[in-house]
Amino acid sequence: MRGQDHFGLMRFRSSIAGALLGGMLVFVGGAIYAQNAPQIVPRVTGAAAPMGDVPAPPVARPIVDDKRLMRNYPEQPPIIPHSIENYQLTLKANRCLDCHRRQFTEGSGAPMISVTHFMDRNGQVLADVTPRRYFCTACHVQQTDAQPLVPSTFKDMLLVGPEKK
Amino acid sequence: MQRLKSLLIWFWRIASRPSAHLSLGFLALGGFVCGVLFWGAFNTALEVTNTEKFCTSCHEMRNNVFQELQHTPHFTNRSGVRASCPDCHVPHNWTDKIARKMQASKEVWGKIFGTIDTRQKFQDHRLELAKHEWARLKANDSLECRNCHSSVAMDFTKQTRRAADIHGKFLVTGDKTCIDCHKGIAHELPDMTGIEPGWRTPPEMRDRQSFRDNPRDELARYLAATGAER
Repeated sequence: MRGQDHFGLMRFRSSIAGALLGGMLVFVGGAIYAQNAPQIVPRVTGAAAPMGDVPAPPVARPIVDDKRLMRNYPEQPPIIPHSIENYQLTLKANRCLDCHRRQFTEGSGAPMISVTHFMDRNGQVLADVTPRRYFCTACHVQQTDAQPLVPSTFKDMLLVGPEKK
Repeated sequence: MQRLKSLLIWFWRIASRPSAHLSLGFLALGGFVCGVLFWGAFNTALEVTNTEKFCTSCHEMRNNVFQELQHTPHFTNRSGVRASCPDCHVPHNWTDKIARKMQASKEVWGKIFGTIDTRQKFQDHRLELAKHEWARLKANDSLECRNCHSSVAMDFTKQTRRAADIHGKFLVTGDKTCIDCHKGIAHELPDMTGIEPGWRTPPEMRDRQSFRDNPRDELARYLAATGAER
């Protein structure tokens, strides 16, 4: 009885030891893997130690070639093909509209803000740009020669999906 | 009044008579030296009022326009040339400078009575103040701009095509002057509602779009022309 009891306890003990050993193996193995595993998500913060000092990359130059680019999808707000550095865009002054406002486009040669910019939220067309479309840079952005931090996998809608026969 | 008159007469009696004790050489040389000292002091004082430090010693200038200047290319830029307050706001030519300084005595009045001693007051007056500067630069053909920027020395091939086109069209022909388009380059703009971009033809010289400026008159003329036959 005693021997049996002893034997039973021994088995229990060895199973605990086995579980502990297994757990240790998984933990150590996991730690080693985590150290050496390939990083799946590229780091976008730039710094390995986020609070540390890192040298800043040079400021990207704006693209100023004045060339109208194709939109990647129909609803895309057209990008700004010129520099807008120091353009004042406040409640009081809007430098963009000095050229892109309807009545100024004849003299400036700039594209007119589209008709959607005259519509209020009920689709009513107003005489001038609506307040909700006043701040141009909310949608339209200047382009620079900076390289994207993460490669884009965007595909034109016309190029995906089943082939047409 | 009587006393003042007698004082003036006493002064004139002394000044109109030849000097009895002092030699002519002393008076002439002394006058010359005093003149030099006076002129030197005057000019030094004038130059002191022509520094950025003097301009920004008033909080009206330091807290408003000077702060706004600091993030514009006239304050920091790639070649390290800085334009300070008097470079743009005080003519360099002596007579013009004195004329501007005399005008600026009005600013002393404004300082004493606190015309723009808060940000809100400054914002309220901003359009008026800006219009004064625009008018001044328009009248002297943007002289202060041209002290550094000359259209003759501009290399249009180094400008973007758009800038070169516009400069060729408006600046070289003398149609427009710098300030017409380059408003608010060193400070924030005032409320620009109703102020047309500088490159536009003035309303009185427009033909096609002139109706927009007084639609009522146009309508009245139209009604008079058609209503007469009815």
